[in-house]
Amino acid sequence: MLEVYGTQLRSRLLLGTARYPSPTVLSAAVRAARAEILTVSLRREAGGERAGQGFWSLVRGLGVRVLPNTAGCHSVKEAVTTAHMAREVFGTPWVKLEVIGDADTLQPDVFGLLEAARILCAEGFEVFPYTTEDLVVAERLLDAGCRVLMPWGAPIGSGRGLNNLYGLTALRARFPGVPLIVDAGLGVPSHAAQALELGFDAVLVNTAVAQATDPVAMAGAFALAVEAGHAARLAGPIEARDFAVPSTPVVGQAFRG
Amino acid sequence: MRILVNGVWRETAAAELAATLEELGYAGRIVATAVNGEFVAAEARPRTALAEGDRLEVLAPMQGG
Repeated sequence: MLEVYGTQLRSRLLLGTARYPSPTVLSAAVRAARAEILTVSLRREAGGERAGQGFWSLVRGLGVRVLPNTAGCHSVKEAVTTAHMAREVFGTPWVKLEVIGDADTLQPDVFGLLEAARILCAEGFEVFPYTTEDLVVAERLLDAGCRVLMPWGAPIGSGRGLNNLYGLTALRARFPGVPLIVDAGLGVPSHAAQALELGFDAVLVNTAVAQATDPVAMAGAFALAVEAGHAARLAGPIEARDFAVPSTPVVGQAFRG
Repeated sequence: MRILVNGVWRETAAAELAATLEELGYAGRIVATAVNGEFVAAEARPRTALAEGDRLEVLAPMQGG
């Protein structure tokens, strides 16, 4: 079982809640994914609107944990204030900390991320930092008090999969005991399986499920892929080689000598 | 007084945050608040005075990735 901040999790698939065709499809996708953690956010709502209240009662009805994000924050101050607001509304010390540094790639601003992580960890938050695969940044985030890291696979919503296999493999090898959750950029279930095969503990998926033609079926497919990838990791994959190695025994082969 | 509520200028009569939220139609709603970029906890709203030109953020739960 995976343990993050003292919480035992059976599911290695975290699901985002945005961009589904309807609340009904979202609920069905959560069940099909067998997700135990859903990401949520905070947005402006006018006095007459009720959308947020309806969404929150739907999520509470699903009986899962929520991981509030600070999506859209471009500064340390915005991210820290949003984290405080989320802690009050959602009643959890967990926060998926995003400090965005580039408007086109939605790449994390790792300098702001580290500063915000230091502040929030010191205030008792349990921070899930959305970061790059950079080893030094990872080390600093752990020094700041983070007990889990969320490296990106590729830019948010891009569906490109694991862009930097070398970097992600190095990150896994460098921090064997730290829960690592690939967040962002996965497009198809094979990307999720690959992340688990590399030894990542879990993946967080949103757009790939929500924007699929059939989000519920895609959620189920990701659940299978994550399970397969984790089972394969435990089974010990073979090393890749540059040349062929015969699988059929060569001893006793006919017509030779 | 005029305050900026979620980026829109509004005319309000109440002097403090809790009453202002009621006036703006947020009574009984699950929202988080910030004034001039600083988080204001729910229990601190009744004693948080607002002044002309203050920037108020009222945020509600929403879908997120």
